[in-house]
Amino acid sequence: MLLLILKRIGLGLITLFIVSLITFVGVEVLPGDACTTYLEREAYGAALDACIKRLGLDVPAYERYLDWASNVVRGDFGYSLSGEMPINEVLGPRVKNSLVLASVSILIGIPLAIVLGIITALWRDKLPDIMISTITIFSMTIPEFISATLLILIVAIWLGWLPGIVIIPSDATFYELLSNIILPVVAISMIMTAHMARMVRSSVIQVMASDYVQMAILKGVPYWKMVFRHVLPNALLPAINVVALTIAWLLGGVVVTEVVFNYPGLGRLVIESISNRDLPVVQALAIILASIYVGINLIADLMTLMLNPRLKSLQIRK
Amino acid sequence: MNEIIESVKNLSIGFNSQKGKQISILRNVSTNIKKGETVGIVGESGSGKSTLALAMMGYIKQGLFPLKGECLFKSEDLLKMSSRQLEKIRGRKIAMIPQNAGQALTPNLKIGYQIDEALKLHTDLNKTERDKKISELLHKVRLPSPETMAFRYPHELSGGQQQRVAVAMALAGKPDLLLLDEPTTGLDVTTQAHVLELLRFIAKDTGTSMIYVSHDLGAIAQVSDRIVVMYAGEIVLEGPARKILKEPIHPYTYGLLKSIPKLSLAGLPASMPGSQPQPGSINEGCSFYDRCNLANDNCKKNSPDLEHIKELDTNVRCFNYKELINQNNNLQTSITKKSNNSEANEVLKLKDVSISYAKQKFFDQLLNKISDQNPTVKDINIDIKKGETIALVGESGSGKSTILKSIAGLLKTKDGQIKFEKDRILSSDLKKRNPNDLRAIQLIFQNPDESLNPNHTVEQILSQPLKLYFNLSGDELKKNIIDLLKKVRLGEFYMSRYPRQLSGGEKQRVAVARAFAAKPDIILCDEVTSALDVSVQAAVLNLLQQLKEDLGTTYVFVSHDLAVVRAISDRVAVLYQGRLCEIGPSQNVYKFPSHPYTEVLLGAVLEPDPDIKPKLVAEDIVEEKPPEKGCSFQGRCPRKIGDICNSEVPPWQIGENGNAIRCHINIDELASLQQ
Repeated sequence: MLLLILKRIGLGLITLFIVSLITFVGVEVLPGDACTTYLEREAYGAALDACIKRLGLDVPAYERYLDWASNVVRGDFGYSLSGEMPINEVLGPRVKNSLVLASVSILIGIPLAIVLGIITALWRDKLPDIMISTITIFSMTIPEFISATLLILIVAIWLGWLPGIVIIPSDATFYELLSNIILPVVAISMIMTAHMARMVRSSVIQVMASDYVQMAILKGVPYWKMVFRHVLPNALLPAINVVALTIAWLLGGVVVTEVVFNYPGLGRLVIESISNRDLPVVQALAIILASIYVGINLIADLMTLMLNPRLKSLQIRK
Repeated sequence: MNEIIESVKNLSIGFNSQKGKQISILRNVSTNIKKGETVGIVGESGSGKSTLALAMMGYIKQGLFPLKGECLFKSEDLLKMSSRQLEKIRGRKIAMIPQNAGQALTPNLKIGYQIDEALKLHTDLNKTERDKKISELLHKVRLPSPETMAFRYPHELSGGQQQRVAVAMALAGKPDLLLLDEPTTGLDVTTQAHVLELLRFIAKDTGTSMIYVSHDLGAIAQVSDRIVVMYAGEIVLEGPARKILKEPIHPYTYGLLKSIPKLSLAGLPASMPGSQPQPGSINEGCSFYDRCNLANDNCKKNSPDLEHIKELDTNVRCFNYKELINQNNNLQTSITKKSNNSEANEVLKLKDVSISYAKQKFFDQLLNKISDQNPTVKDINIDIKKGETIALVGESGSGKSTILKSIAGLLKTKDGQIKFEKDRILSSDLKKRNPNDLRAIQLIFQNPDESLNPNHTVEQILSQPLKLYFNLSGDELKKNIIDLLKKVRLGEFYMSRYPRQLSGGEKQRVAVARAFAAKPDIILCDEVTSALDVSVQAAVLNLLQQLKEDLGTTYVFVSHDLAVVRAISDRVAVLYQGRLCEIGPSQNVYKFPSHPYTEVLLGAVLEPDPDIKPKLVAEDIVEEKPPEKGCSFQGRCPRKIGDICNSEVPPWQIGENGNAIRCHINIDELASLQQ
């Protein structure tokens, strides 16, 4: 088991190494370099020289990669161009904001999705299922920029209950954040919950049709006991991987929602730094987002292994 | 003894078709189960036997509903009970032993928990008493080390052990009635015989009534006191087991018994024409009319009632049953088949073939070799003559299908050579074989549902080999397809059909036609009849034999069923753990002296005759890997003589019958031991 974990961690590190290489090479082969891209028309004479010197672009590429990589391993991403401040300081509050948004959405969305999925499966083709299924399919199909804009229109502008866009200082406390993020959380949860509820529904339906559930019924196991002991543990196992992907998506992929609500998260930073041509920040974000994906999927795989007796003993036997 | 515990009265169960029509899959069924009695319900797939059995627990599958009638358990109608009331009966009064215990045990719960659950629900025992009871039950179903067994997960057990756990679970609530739904289907022959023996013991020991549902008359014959024969949702024959099996007076049962291959008979079983009608397709007349050779005009218009015949103690649904009384001598006959010319040339030769499933290590991959000291299949030497049918027999894990895949080129051999026609070596890599060799060797698979593309019509399926190997097109292609269909006794109109529109037997005929389309020299048959009903199986066997006699094809026939092999093959090779145990002409392999493993297999075959009991001579342990040295059968051999069996590979000995046996025991001594 330990060997397997080490193996998976090793594979994750190799993935990260490849990602770092690709981003670095990608930046290298772009026409011009970080300085010419950033300075645009002012890229000449003293300003350019100073920039090149500051970023150390005058040394060969592989040396710069080694230098950059070793700094990244130590947790230092270098300096951003636009703010001319350490990237760590740029990233810090963004990571925190994204974590807050993601964890609130997860805490609300995932339990809700599971409950809705189970209800729709157990009352399949009956009224609760038809109602919930219609709503989930509806919220799945509407693109998030429309649902987010509608939310702002209705809740913030017409009703005036909540602020429409998020304006928070970068050192805002958790509680200050919380009141501001209700609308983004709702917008995100709508899509996330719908997707997951559909998945849980089909998984529960599949397990309900299995031989062992029929056997449990014929054994005289009362309905709810059967649902909790025989159905759910087996039906929710495949959901773990979907949850993992969702979490990773919440941390870096909710770009549209963050832009609509002006929320200073990681997703918006990606867009900003690309449009500012701030290549060092783009590089740093690529590595961070890749690590999030690799890390969360690793945890999900290990959890599935722990919870599934079949896989567990298979691995041990090997 | 005469107290009735459950009684089914005029039960009909059906569903609503898409056109809104009510279609019944169980029609007007009535029967009684007495205390302490074992009733066998037998029928082919789609006969409604499982629906009937489940209804007897008050369980109706989703999509179905009762149309009329009742299921009275101790004079209470199960079909009208609330789920609360049913929970009190299920597992406590009536318990179920499912078909496939591997799938019927919840995968995330330990064995002990699942038995404990039944005990908690249906007894008043406290924790310590229950723990004691669990190991008692596990002991009773003869599971090894019952103390630790409770802490294992279902997937950690073998198929036979899972089935035993299911039996233990059913016994936990001390039920009055046990329902067994095909409890031994899917198990190996020896395991099946052992599980049946256990069930018989339990019936005797606890006095529980049993309902045993199966398609297998062999298994039914071993356990039942009374037999109910179902056909197209109706009971067609019901009576004492011995009467039903020895003097069947319904033409369906008669035909069914004749279509079962028997160990004692060489030659092919007689087949019944046609197949069972689909639910809803019978409007008037007898449901067996189309397939019956006693049928007359009366049978076409009027459907017979279930008639009680007092002197035979039997219920029968047939107008002409009297014609079958005293016809039982004809049951013990079979169709003799032409044997092949023993002077014929060798067409395929397996020389020292070994096959390994071991994962290649990195360096071995570079060198393109497999280093595995203990491969799955080892030292296979078989010469196959032109026009003969050679059978590879063994239980699951014996390597029989593996060898077949290697001949087909689907699996690389580790060592040895496969030679085709006059010592030409066939490459073990499919891509390196030339098109003519690919054409010459064709494969028919076990399950036609999976081997025929569901999106192709029969015409498309059959045209592929014709286009690929012979470049046919247009009218010529069509003519060839019609010829092929004719060969497998299917009409021209089948060309536009899709596989889902065909019955199981028809699908397998199409698969046979596809193999013959390539005009092959050798056809590899992988368990080709085991997914089929008995009556259809007989028809496919006869078809294969007929085609072989007409076209001179060679068959390599893989099967786990010794009786089927007896019927079709000229020569038999018995395999255990990927090693050959015995090989010889089939009539001799079925006679003594035999390899101890062949003896075990033959002993475990279930004949549809209550007077022939299986002989259980070896434990049904499952071995995961072949032993590293010595005889492959050392772990289970009932005739093991000592250390020599563990250390040395036994020599080949040729018996006076001409069959070769690989055993350390002298062949004459073996003969006297087995007398």
